[in-house]
Amino acid sequence: MMNYIWGGMIIISLIVSVFTGRVEQTAAAAVSGAGDAVNLTVSLMGIMCLWTGISKIGEDGGLLRLISKVLNPLLRVIFPKLDPDSKGFRRIVMNIVANLLGMGNAATPLGINAVTELWNENGKKSTATNEMCMFVVLNTASLQLIPSTLISLRQSYGSANPGNVILPIWICEICALTAGIFMAKFLSRVWDKKTDKKMSKRINERRLKTCR
Amino acid sequence: MQIISAFAVPVFIFVFLMSGFISRIDVYDSFVKGAKSGLTATFNIIPALVGLMVGIAMFRESGCLEILTKVLNPITSLIHMPSEIVPLALLRPVSGSAAIAVVTDIFNNFGPDSIQGRIASIMMGSTETTIYTIAVYFGSVGIKNIRYTLFAALTADLCGIVMSVIIASI
Repeated sequence: MMNYIWGGMIIISLIVSVFTGRVEQTAAAAVSGAGDAVNLTVSLMGIMCLWTGISKIGEDGGLLRLISKVLNPLLRVIFPKLDPDSKGFRRIVMNIVANLLGMGNAATPLGINAVTELWNENGKKSTATNEMCMFVVLNTASLQLIPSTLISLRQSYGSANPGNVILPIWICEICALTAGIFMAKFLSRVWDKKTDKKMSKRINERRLKTCR
Repeated sequence: MQIISAFAVPVFIFVFLMSGFISRIDVYDSFVKGAKSGLTATFNIIPALVGLMVGIAMFRESGCLEILTKVLNPITSLIHMPSEIVPLALLRPVSGSAAIAVVTDIFNNFGPDSIQGRIASIMMGSTETTIYTIAVYFGSVGIKNIRYTLFAALTADLCGIVMSVIIASI
């Protein structure tokens, strides 16, 4: 997908620049853009190290386990059909906590583990279960408490108060997350009905055949 | 609102350090190890970021961005979204690096504390790379029928995008 977006963006820019008479500026932008990217990463490096360092302390110090105890009851409401003692459920809890604490490189492997467990428990079918869909929807919403990259970025561009967007971000995250959860719950009913209809149709057809 | 935001970072660092001391691990050793992984992670995104920042700078300078924002103006003006935010809203679900590139472009042109900068910050912080996440998680076990996942996830994104415009202007 990025293949077409990136390639298309540059080709369209080049074609449009001929019509707008901005060929030179567009070429210059390519050169300065490349330089900007490296400058940006260098200026971000220090503060990114600080954050990953701090979150590693939490990871080693067992903060993950502590917070997972608090989250457990909440997640039981979202995944009512999962056994809270199952491996899949425990992995889900760990993944959500890692996401909250901004441990990106711990969250993804835990998440893949969780999906694999759910998949095994469901007999390795190629269709997603409601629990899998809900879990992935949770992961596509941002759960991070401290958006560290963004704050570093604001800082390196001279914001007077880089952290003052945190509370608005929390409010937005909660709204988006709630919308995602309700939509997933609602759609799961719609989809379940669809498959039920298909199944009953098939059974009816079979009955008709045997009757004949 | 200001106070909670200002205290979030120091409280976060304090809690993490204390958790390390309480469980008696070598906090400095953990910190250095973690910082090293941050260094490699930042280093690894350079190639993607160069490509995407070049693409976005070209898109802006060629006048494409202006055309796109004019075309989408009837929709964005409905929720009072500044037209400069449109590329971010479009690219955010697809690629994290591309979104960083757009946010950087906005900070460069308007500053992080401008209204555009604030909306971009809130949108960037409260949404995720939806398409990529779905591909990684379902791809890892070979799920082909993802049913309603994309619809629900994009609903959440849309909600986050609209809310960030509203909250930034309060």
